[in-house]
Amino acid sequence: MSPLLQVCDLTTHLFTVEGVVKAVEGLSFDLDADETLALVGESGCGKSMTALSLMGLVPDPPGRIVGGQVLLGDRDLLQLSEHEMQKIRGNEIAMVFQEPMTSLNPVFTVGDQIVESVLTHRQVSRRQARERAVELLDLVRIPDPRGRFDDYPHRLSGGMRQRVMIAMALACDPDVLIADEPTTALDVTIQAQVLDLLGELQGEFGMGVILITHDLGVVAGIADRVVVMYAGRKVEEAPVDDIFASPLHPYTQGLLGSMPRPGLEERLREIPGVIPSLIDMTPGCSFAPRCAKAMARCREEQPDHATIGDARVVACFAAEEEVAGRGLAVDT
Amino acid sequence: MNRTFLAVRRRLLQAVPVVFGIVAIIFLLLNLSPGDLVDVMAAEEQISDPQVLEQIRAEYGLDKPIYVQLANYVWNIVHLDLGYSFRHSQPVWDVIVERLPATLILMSVSMALALFIGGLAGVVASIKVNTLYDNLISVVAIIFFAAPSFWIGLMMMVLFSVKLGLLPVSGMYTIGGDYSLAGEIWDVTRHLVMPSFALGLFYAAIYARVMRASMLEVSGLDFIRTARAKGLGEKRVAFKHILRNALLPVVTLFGLQLGTMLAGSVVIESVFSWPGIGTLVFEAVLTRNFPLVMGVLLFGSILVVIANLAVDLVYMRLDPRIELR
Ligand SMILES: Nc1ncnc2c1ncn2[C@@H]1O[C@H](COP(=O)(O)OP(=O)(O)OP(=O)(O)O)[C@@H](O)[C@H]1O
Ligand SMILES: [Mg+2]
Repeated sequence: MSPLLQVCDLTTHLFTVEGVVKAVEGLSFDLDADETLALVGESGCGKSMTALSLMGLVPDPPGRIVGGQVLLGDRDLLQLSEHEMQKIRGNEIAMVFQEPMTSLNPVFTVGDQIVESVLTHRQVSRRQARERAVELLDLVRIPDPRGRFDDYPHRLSGGMRQRVMIAMALACDPDVLIADEPTTALDVTIQAQVLDLLGELQGEFGMGVILITHDLGVVAGIADRVVVMYAGRKVEEAPVDDIFASPLHPYTQGLLGSMPRPGLEERLREIPGVIPSLIDMTPGCSFAPRCAKAMARCREEQPDHATIGDARVVACFAAEEEVAGRGLAVDT
Repeated sequence: MNRTFLAVRRRLLQAVPVVFGIVAIIFLLLNLSPGDLVDVMAAEEQISDPQVLEQIRAEYGLDKPIYVQLANYVWNIVHLDLGYSFRHSQPVWDVIVERLPATLILMSVSMALALFIGGLAGVVASIKVNTLYDNLISVVAIIFFAAPSFWIGLMMMVLFSVKLGLLPVSGMYTIGGDYSLAGEIWDVTRHLVMPSFALGLFYAAIYARVMRASMLEVSGLDFIRTARAKGLGEKRVAFKHILRNALLPVVTLFGLQLGTMLAGSVVIESVFSWPGIGTLVFEAVLTRNFPLVMGVLLFGSILVVIANLAVDLVYMRLDPRIELR
């Protein structure tokens, strides 16, 4: 069975006065129906730009998708007109944003904003849309959904607003849900609730979910597969258990090392150095300047994506050598 | 709704001392300015006998100390007695009420024009930002902002009345015209066109600039991205989601400018001989008809207070985060 969503070689650049920011560079991944894919990476590595590229919402200017394909079924979304894209947004692909405090329009009630989502894509009466909205508010576990319907966003807490955003995204039963750091702005306890909710709804709706986060801790409980991004590129992809059990890329290892874990007394190890500028990229691997395992070759050549086993991908010369040393098949 | 009603009542009560404060300040300022009614009468009637002048002053109470005059005046206001205009041989109240409708018509039509033209121009400029349309709107707005409104009025007169003969030069009615209701409305409308545009275009220029900036600012906010992510078309995003939020600063500005617009109407009414309180107050100042000047200013300040309250109510409707207190 072919995957629900196929992203091939997606490349999105931002043409700023300082230079061309290569926010997303040759990114490829598949998303199956009924799975949760985590997109992980430090701040500024191009996660949001990836999401906006899939939605066709890259801010232009300065941004533009300069290459690649985004296949939903047999349609390449990047070839669709703006008008055709509008029929897909919020309908087949929906998105939840990072900032619940500012992502809802302050002058309309939350109910009306959900109703609007329903009416944009469904030929139903206002009454039916209203019923659907109440149903959705209930679905995202908002207490007293009928009462909350007429509330303005400023009356709701951050967690409640994010639930409303989720309800809005689910309004038309999308095939793909992109959640861009949906819990980063929330308190820790609320974070867990919202993530649980997302996990449950994923099963209920049978959606493919792309969960974007910079926090590997979030990934463990909810994701099926993980794509690790660094400086606009995919550096590693693996089933979630493999990522935690045997991370291959030094960057992934670094991310895991800097992750607080219960029962672990040792000091957290930060990855040394800073994220490189996405404007003047060095010819070699972009992680090389921060990498303990970097070799001469790493500074000259960009490592290709090597497939390891049948489910893992890594882009790192050192990792390739290690894996080959263990006698596993490496396919570049 | 009940809470709104209470808030409105409280605001009106709070306005009472403000209005009295304004009255006191204007009263004192007017008394500081040289010359009084009697001086003007003396000049006009060629009276030069100081004794006669003193007698007249005593008759009108002008010989009393200022604070006594002020106290008397306030006392009279409380009884809705604004004094007597000897020029018109009518109570000030009657003179003003007779002239008020003309000014209210001129002001409300000018304001509506300013909001509509300015708002629309601003929206168009923001949607077509950095295109020829945008630049054209900016240039026109700067012209109307920079040109004095009386000059625009005069130029309109030259063009539309003198050269093209399309519109009546001045006044509010054609003497000896059609006296049916429809005929009269049509007549007033034709007279209204030039003064209301002359007064309104300056404000339209301001609103166009503010609206454009406000639309552009709002269009970069997160919830606009959310609206797009729902699959809404650009028109709906602009006219529903952006516009509703972008209106807020325009409404604020509108409230702040009501007073200056009232002042601006004095000039325009004089240029077009529009029979409103603007022309009235102009004559009244020249003839040192202080009771009338005071009366007009009192009406003006009450008008501004009420209009500001109305603006606040509108604001509250537009922005649910605001509550009237
Ligand atoms: N409007 C813009 N103009 C210029 N550069 C931008 C713009 N938006 C994003 N960038 C740059 O593009 C790169 C990718 O940004 P993106 O928002 O996708 O990062 P992210 O991975 O989502 O980070 P975060 O975790 O902070 O949300 C960053 O280096 C950022 O500085
Ligand atoms: Mg982001």
